[in-house]
Amino acid sequence: MANPVQIRVNDRSVSVNSTPDTPLLYVLANELQLNGPRFGCGLAQCGSCSVLVDGVETRSCVTPLSKIGNKSVTTLEGLPAWYARQHNLAQAPALTPVQQAFIDEQAIQCGYCYNGMTVKANELLSKTPQPSAAQIRTAMNGHLCRCGTYPRVIKAILRAAQKQGERA
Amino acid sequence: MRPIASANTFPRRDLLKAGGALLIGVAIGKRARAQEPDGVALVLGPDQPDQKSLDTWIAIHADNTATVFVGFVELGQGCSTALLQLAAEELDLDMAQVKTVRLESHTMPNQGGTVASASIQRGGPRIRSAAAEARQALLRMASEKLNTPVERLTVEKGVVSVMGEPQKSVMYGALVGGKPFHLPYTGKAPLKSFRDYKLVGTRVPRKDIPDKAAGKYVHMQHVRVPGMLHGRVVRPRGQGAYGSGAKVLSVDENSIADISGARVIRKRDFVGVVAPNEWDAVRAARQLKVTWDQPPVLPGTEGMHQQMRASKTIDRVVLNNGDIAAGFSGAAHVVKQTYQGPFQVHAPFGPNCALADLQADTALVMCSTQNVYDARRKVAEVVGMPVEKITIRYYEGSGTYGRSCYDDAAQAAAILSQAAGKPVRVQFMRWDEHGWGNFGPAHLADVRIACDASGKLVAYEYHGWQNNWSTVETSQQLALGTPAGESTGSVSQEVSPFNLGAMYLIPNMQLVNHRVDGVPTSFKTSNLRSPLDLSFSFASEQTIDEVALLAGLDPYEFRKRNIKDERWLGVLEAVAQAAQWTPRKGQRPSAKVVTGRGIALGTHTSSWAAAVAEIEVDRETGKIVVKHIYGAIDAGRTVNPAFVENQISGMLVQAVSRTLKEEVTFNKTNVTSLDWHSYPILRFEECPDVTPIVVQRMDQPSGGAGEEVLGPATAAIANALFDATGVRLREYPLTPARVLASLQRH
Repeated sequence: MANPVQIRVNDRSVSVNSTPDTPLLYVLANELQLNGPRFGCGLAQCGSCSVLVDGVETRSCVTPLSKIGNKSVTTLEGLPAWYARQHNLAQAPALTPVQQAFIDEQAIQCGYCYNGMTVKANELLSKTPQPSAAQIRTAMNGHLCRCGTYPRVIKAILRAAQKQGERA
Repeated sequence: MRPIASANTFPRRDLLKAGGALLIGVAIGKRARAQEPDGVALVLGPDQPDQKSLDTWIAIHADNTATVFVGFVELGQGCSTALLQLAAEELDLDMAQVKTVRLESHTMPNQGGTVASASIQRGGPRIRSAAAEARQALLRMASEKLNTPVERLTVEKGVVSVMGEPQKSVMYGALVGGKPFHLPYTGKAPLKSFRDYKLVGTRVPRKDIPDKAAGKYVHMQHVRVPGMLHGRVVRPRGQGAYGSGAKVLSVDENSIADISGARVIRKRDFVGVVAPNEWDAVRAARQLKVTWDQPPVLPGTEGMHQQMRASKTIDRVVLNNGDIAAGFSGAAHVVKQTYQGPFQVHAPFGPNCALADLQADTALVMCSTQNVYDARRKVAEVVGMPVEKITIRYYEGSGTYGRSCYDDAAQAAAILSQAAGKPVRVQFMRWDEHGWGNFGPAHLADVRIACDASGKLVAYEYHGWQNNWSTVETSQQLALGTPAGESTGSVSQEVSPFNLGAMYLIPNMQLVNHRVDGVPTSFKTSNLRSPLDLSFSFASEQTIDEVALLAGLDPYEFRKRNIKDERWLGVLEAVAQAAQWTPRKGQRPSAKVVTGRGIALGTHTSSWAAAVAEIEVDRETGKIVVKHIYGAIDAGRTVNPAFVENQISGMLVQAVSRTLKEEVTFNKTNVTSLDWHSYPILRFEECPDVTPIVVQRMDQPSGGAGEEVLGPATAAIANALFDATGVRLREYPLTPARVLASLQRH
């Protein structure tokens, strides 16, 4: 137990007690009871623990708490609000278009990797609103799926991009 | 407050009163419940529900909904929704009116493990007939209530009404809601004809997907209970030979003295750490100095197949039709080849996790097992408790594709909880799951196939070597010293009469199994999705292509001529048509990047499957890229074609991964493929386009649909490599190094 520190997670300032060397993943999962980021490898190889740190996809399993400082952490749980801010929406939707597209495409199998898929795809669309399939493959290449749902992830991201484009 | 079993002995009938949410007075802490939105009451008592009672299968609630008690686990394959589709169909309910509850020993019927892609095939008929029997009982009650003979009643969405007089009606919920049927389940109720189906065969969406997309789904890795400790196992990085296990020479507990909350727990050679803080447990497991004895008895990756061939084996003729000696002696074209397949690992994307709470006389173990009743036995063995005192509660983990380390994790959590006197959550680390997996068996094959001058297959001979599946989980082997053992066998553990040559009409056939003893100098193995079938198809369907070439026939045409069975023909034609198969014309180009196509057939133990692969090969680097892959399956009556398309799509991608990339590596002492760098799998940039094809046959019984395409997909890629380059590889994975070496020899 260390001295409490304040970090900003999903637009809220929260006090946590983990030691500075504790990977952010364990702080989020255990102290804040968030189910989005989850353990996959602890080696930054797979992407299941991904969160946004100041809008940048980050592997929380190898990011010590001490590195967070004043930066803003967004987990899967906070993505709809983050998306609303990006798009100047008055209200956060229940799901981001990416998540809705995963449902519409019935893309998911076990669903364990979909935290990382959702975080990374939202980061991608925030920078490249209308990506090609090739750009999606490149952007998503660091995220693994053992069930083999890549083709549907690609389709879903294309669908989400289209929906977001229609709204803009 | 502890979230535990004792004092929560609800008779099963109390479950019925809960209606919608089935959340009744469960003495679990607030936090645990918050993370268990679909939590069910823990019911202790009888060993398992009486399967001859209708109440074991179906409950009708006052709100006109039904709970179906399903003994199979959701693995992301959709079986929990598809089984409800079957039940809703027979009950004349819609999908919003049916649900199931978390699978748990004691409360749920023991339908055996969720294995062999057989939930629909094996479990479906029971669910269907129980639902039909429940409907029959409800109609009898309605008949009395409405004073109308059953023949004049009709049901829609659980509302029974009199034909032509819709105002005379009663809801299921009003007939029996909140009360048990108290009726036997006989299995004798007549079933609906497929011609009257409204739900079965349609693309109902999966019930688990919305929560998975929203991040609300509770995977095993998310489960926490108050007062629990975090546990980690401490093992050598990478298992050694199965029979050797790993022996502790010394443990230096002082090596973690600086991690104040952490504690070492040891039971013989089982070593673990527990700590209130997860990061402390992770650090302690990493830092604890343990000296292990792992004898250098493994053959190493390179020597493995030689060792298999040299082994003393238990041989069995699995199939012997006609006279193969005569068949080969008169043949026009004969091909004889040797093929090799690697050990591969399940490697769930999230390593297995389990949470155990052992008290003096009861235990609750939450885990991701594929068989709660078998897991209960395994836990009982390591903690020395009678099975009836132990409850196993299932939470879906990350996709498992067969027997990954889930029961090992469950045993580890139970051992640690027993010693610590508190609930313990064990999360396996990446290297635990990769390094100590129950690998899919390596395989060695000698294949000989012959045809006559007209291209008719006349003789087929297959000899296969591999070891059988392990019977002892690692935690048990280490903690109790239980000797390593292997199963005496099952259809999925030896050369397959379903997959090897079975699609063709061949008068003379012999299949011989050579069972290797894997205990002394090999690894523990188990059912990795479509066990052995990738290796079987890789060997058999390449040899078929070679024979076709000698006969001067296109691979598709050759197969067509040698098939009589309409189910095999159906999938072959479906896949060829989707891929617009045409015979290769002209010479192979000598460009740097060349293209090729391959076709193949195969299955697991039921259903019929075929695949076509279109690939590119870079002749300078040896790298294969699968551009497009097609997979067709005929699984008889496909309850939900959308689910099966998703399964085919996943199988195709996983087959590309396993065919091109996946191989467990090891030296003389231990496994060295311990993470996603040393055991790479397919990535987005390497992923092909996929075309899944469901051959629907509503009038036929349902078969499996979660494994059957992997074998033919593997062989189609290998056949495409030959088509592109003129080179055949006899060993997979088809890594750039292997392809390049073959091209240079060519």
